Amino acid sequence: MKVPERILLGHGAGGRLTGRLVREAFLPAFENPALAPLADAALLGEAPEGRLALTTDGHVVDPPVFPGGDLGYLAVAGTVNDLAVSGAHPVALTFAVILEEGTPGDLLATCIEGARRAAEEAGVPVVAGDTKVVPRGKGDGVYAVTAGLGVVPPGRELGDHLVREGDEVLVTGPLGDHGATILAARHGLGGEALRSDVAPLAGLVEHLLARVDGVRALHDPTRGGLVSVCHEVLGRAPGRPGILLRQQDLPVRPAVHAVCELLGLDPLWLACEGRAVVFCAPDVAEDVLSVLREHPLGREAARVGRVVTRGEGMPPVLLETDTGSLRPLDLLSGHDLPRIC
Amino acid sequence: MTADPFRDRRTVAGLAREIATVARRLPRPVTLMEVCGTHTHAIAEAGLRRLMPPNVRLVSGPGCPVCVTPVSWLDRALALGRERGTVLATFGDLVRVPSSTGTLEELRAHGGHVEIVYSPRDAVEFAAAHPEARVVFLAVGFETTAPPIAAALAEAEARGISNFLLLPGNKTMPGPLAALADAVDGFLMPGHVSVITGAEAWRFLPERHGVSAAVAGFTPADVLAAILALLRRIARGEPGLDNLYGRVVTPGGNREAQALLARTFEPTDAEWRGLGVLPGSGLGLREGLAHRDASRIPVDLPEPREPAGCRCGDVLHGEIDPPGCPLFAGACTPERPVGACMVSSEGACAAWYRHERWAREATE
Amino acid sequence: MCLAIPMKLVERTEFEGIVELDGVRRRVSLMLLPDAEVGDHVLVHTGYAIGRVDEQEAAEILELFRRYADEGIHEFGEAPRNDDGDGP
Repeated sequence: MKVPERILLGHGAGGRLTGRLVREAFLPAFENPALAPLADAALLGEAPEGRLALTTDGHVVDPPVFPGGDLGYLAVAGTVNDLAVSGAHPVALTFAVILEEGTPGDLLATCIEGARRAAEEAGVPVVAGDTKVVPRGKGDGVYAVTAGLGVVPPGRELGDHLVREGDEVLVTGPLGDHGATILAARHGLGGEALRSDVAPLAGLVEHLLARVDGVRALHDPTRGGLVSVCHEVLGRAPGRPGILLRQQDLPVRPAVHAVCELLGLDPLWLACEGRAVVFCAPDVAEDVLSVLREHPLGREAARVGRVVTRGEGMPPVLLETDTGSLRPLDLLSGHDLPRIC
Repeated sequence: MTADPFRDRRTVAGLAREIATVARRLPRPVTLMEVCGTHTHAIAEAGLRRLMPPNVRLVSGPGCPVCVTPVSWLDRALALGRERGTVLATFGDLVRVPSSTGTLEELRAHGGHVEIVYSPRDAVEFAAAHPEARVVFLAVGFETTAPPIAAALAEAEARGISNFLLLPGNKTMPGPLAALADAVDGFLMPGHVSVITGAEAWRFLPERHGVSAAVAGFTPADVLAAILALLRRIARGEPGLDNLYGRVVTPGGNREAQALLARTFEPTDAEWRGLGVLPGSGLGLREGLAHRDASRIPVDLPEPREPAGCRCGDVLHGEIDPPGCPLFAGACTPERPVGACMVSSEGACAAWYRHERWAREATE
Repeated sequence: MCLAIPMKLVERTEFEGIVELDGVRRRVSLMLLPDAEVGDHVLVHTGYAIGRVDEQEAAEILELFRRYADEGIHEFGEAPRNDDGDGP
C-alpha cells in the first residue's frame, strides 16, 4: 500500500490524485472482483435465499487509533455486527472516508489496513467506497461511513418482539472495554491493561445460531452500553416486562472498573464494540452459555439477568446490587461526562 | 464484578442488623444528615436508606457543590464565556446546570468555547498551549477540590502562564454545618474533605453544638459503620466525634494542602443556594492574586432568575425531601431539570429520582 | 464530596508521579503530598495525590468488616467488643 505523506485537497477532487490514492491505497487492501472495475456501482452476484438486511453507520472516534483497534477496524466491525445481531450473513460492505486536508497519510493507511483486517476476519468483501477531502479545519482527521448488506436465511427469526418474561439475558464477554479504553486515552490514563474489545462478531453469532434454538434477540451494546440495549428491547417486547440484572454476575475487567472510578463513569453505560447481548428462552440458557464459550470471542460469556414481570410503578430496568438492594438503571444523559464529585 | 470486602453483602447485612439493634435504644426518632454529594450518591446507589430502621431518618444536606452554587455565579461564568477570546474550563459536573440564560452545554452549541477537564492542571496546560486565549477555570468544590485548584494556580504562577484565571466559587463546610446543627441529631462527615481538613476540624460540632459527627468513607460498609457510630452516641447521650475513615483521614489532615490554601485564598462571605449568605464560607483569591481573579472582570449580568416553584433551597437544608417539591418528577426530571439539585448527579433530587423512588427489598 | 480513589505510587520525580490501579496508570501531581514514597497507596483527586492510605488502619477496618460478615450479630444487645467510642 502506498499513501501520500499528507492528504491534500486534490486527493478528493476526483482527478489524477484521487485515482492514484484509490489504486495505490484502497484497492490493494480490499482486493476483490466486485471492487476491481472501480465502476460507479459494484455488481454483486445473485442474492442468496432469504431476506435482505441493510445497515449504515457513521464513524467518528477520538483518538482514531487506540489500543486494540483503529477507526477503520471499528467501522467495518461495527457494520458487520449490526448485520450479525440481526441474524444476517454479511454479503458486502461499503467504506467511504471523509478526510481533512493535512491528515497524515500514515493515519489513513492504518485505517485502511484496519478495515481490511476486519473485513477479512468477517469473511466479507468491501465492494465500494468513496473519498472526499475537506479543507483543513473543516473536519477532524478521518470520518468513515459504511453500509452493510446481508441476508437473513429463510426460517430464521430474531427480534425483540419475541422476548418475553422468563427469558434470560447473557453477555458474550466483559463490559465496557471499548468505552473505557477510548475515554482513558482521551484523559491521559495509560497502562497496558486497557484494550478495546472491538471485533466482528459474525462468526460468533453463526456459531451460536447454528447450534442452539431458542435465541430470541441479539444486540450489540454500543453507545449507551448494556443499559441502552435493555431499554431498547423493552421498548419493543410485548406486554410490559422488566429486566433484572445481577451486579455480581456482570463481567467487568478490573482496569475498566478503575477507569470508571477515576472518571466517575459506570461500565453498564459504556460502549462495547465486540460484544453481543443475547436474549434467550430460559431452558436453553446453559446451552447458549457453553456454546458461546466454545468460541474465541465468547470465552468470558456470562448469564447476567432475566426478563421479569414488572410490578406496578416499578422502573423497567433494575440492578440487584452486590449488597442486595435494587437500583434502577435509567436511560439517562449525564453518565458520559467525567465528574469530580 | 470482583469481590470487594467493602461491598460484601454479609457485612452490609451485619452492620444493618446492628444498626437496628442500637436504634431500639434511641430516646426518640433521629435525623442524621450527610453533607457530601458523593455520600448522597453512594447511599442512593447502594440502597442504604431502605436498611434504616423506621426511627432513623437519613437526609441530604448542602453537600453538592454544584447544587449550592447560586444562579448568579453561573450567570457570571456564562457572561465571561460569551466574551471573545475567552475559554471556559470546567469540571463535567457544571456543564448541564441551568443558569438564568441557559447551560454551559448550550453556550458551547452557540459558539462559546467550553473545555471540559478532569483536572485543573489540564486547564493550565490548555492555557499554556493557547496563549492567545483567556482561560477561565470555573472553581467549584469544597475543601477536597480547593487545594488542587490552588496547586494548579501556583503552577501557573511559577511557569508564568499569565492567561490562566479562576472564577472563584469554592466553599468551605464549617459554615453550613453550624447553621444546620440545631436541626439534626448527627452528621456524617465527608471523608475526602476530611483528608484535607483533618478529623479534628469537626470537633466543634459536639463541643459547641452538642451534635455528634462521624467521618465516613464512601463504600456501603463505610457509610453504615459511621451511621452506627452516630446512633451509638445518640443512644448513650454522649455527643462526640468519631473517625471511621482512619485509613486516609488523620486528626490534623494534610498540612501542605492547608498551607497552600492559606497562601492562595481568603475567607469571603458566600451565598449558598438554600441557606443564603454565610459569612466566611467562601474562598476568594488573595489580593496578591488579583491578576488571576476573573470575578474582577466587568461583565453584563442578567437579573438572576430562580425558576418559579423550585424548592432546591429547602431540599438543600433538609427541610423537605425531594418529593416535597411541587416540581419533582413532573416539571423537573433529570432529562429536563429545572433546578441544580436535579441536574447534578450528586444532587438530592437526582439521586432520589433515580434510586429512592424505587427502593424495595431485593427479591431472593 | 468527591471522587478520590486509592492508587499505588509506582514512580516519582520531584513534584510528579505515576500511580497505578489494576493496570491503569496516570500522571499525578505530588505538590500536595511531597513526602509520598514509591510503594505508598495514595488517594488521587482531580489529578493530585491528596492523602496517603495507612495500611495498618486499612487492615483494621477490613478485619472489623470481615467480623461483621462472619460472626453475625447478637440480636439483642451489643456486638462482642469494647464499645469505647472510637469505632463500631
